[in-house]
Amino acid sequence: MSAVTERQPELQATPQFTDAEKAVINRLQVGLPLVHAPFAAVAGELGMTEEALLQILQDLLNRRILTRFGPMFHAGEMGGALTLAAMRIPEQDYETVTRKVNGFDEVAHNYRREHELNMWFVLATETPEDIARVIAGIESVTGYPVYNMPKQEEFHVHLHFPV
Amino acid sequence: MSISTSRSDQDYVLCALDRKLILATQSGLPLVPDPWATLGKELGLSADEVLARFQRMQDAGVIRRVAAVPDHYRLGYRFNGMTVWNIRDDAISDMGRQVGELPFVSHCYRRPRHLPYWHYNLFAMVHGTSREEVEDKASQIKAVLGDTCEGHTILYSSAILKKTGLRLRKS
Repeated sequence: MSAVTERQPELQATPQFTDAEKAVINRLQVGLPLVHAPFAAVAGELGMTEEALLQILQDLLNRRILTRFGPMFHAGEMGGALTLAAMRIPEQDYETVTRKVNGFDEVAHNYRREHELNMWFVLATETPEDIARVIAGIESVTGYPVYNMPKQEEFHVHLHFPV
Repeated sequence: MSISTSRSDQDYVLCALDRKLILATQSGLPLVPDPWATLGKELGLSADEVLARFQRMQDAGVIRRVAAVPDHYRLGYRFNGMTVWNIRDDAISDMGRQVGELPFVSHCYRRPRHLPYWHYNLFAMVHGTSREEVEDKASQIKAVLGDTCEGHTILYSSAILKKTGLRLRKS
């Protein structure tokens, strides 16, 4: 995969999903029940076979409609830390810096955004002390300052995308 | 967006086996009829024990859920707008709560300013299938904020550069 996955939103067609795919996408964003044969349980709810559900799920992953299916971790509860950070990168260096920043395992996601601060990434580390260390590392490897924007107050987190 | 932030009442201490389970599943759960048994086989545990450990980690909030993480662009949510607001410090907590209650706001946080480059202290993420939809949602936020807001902008994402989610190091 190339460091910069350019997918201009304007150029993308609205995806078409079958009813079964929509049902799987919507149901599995909410979470798998922690029971034996969990896929059979969800398949039963959705009126399909376990085999069909697993096949659709695998296909959605292969097509990268879903980026992952598995446990969603909560860094704070694991004793770790999270922060949002931004950088201001000139266009001619953007791809190189992207590669360098993405090379840090602690960078959980990274988005290009249209603003003077044009690179925004989330750092997730196993200890709070690691945040400063990783930021210093990114600054030293890229030669650009990192603006650290840790959350000071959390008002709401709820993320589902119905299709 | 597969990670949230601390509720921080008490930190759950991951034991070595929990850690192994996380390492074994952080890139994905085995897509088989009984994933717990498959994991158990790898780690020398019974399916019941694996399930009990997942339940415990989920109850403690270490795992929010075991779920599908979509690429929201590929679901048609092509416009991902980080709306950012410069709110008077004395009003920020109250305004943050009100904005966070709007049903279309997926994340809402107070974050520090970095003057002179960055004036905004309230972040509210909204998603839409068109730019107009995101702008309409931003104007609803603006209406809530009233005169506590001294400026705002919307940062659209134009590319996902990386999206792996939180990973434990294998060390």
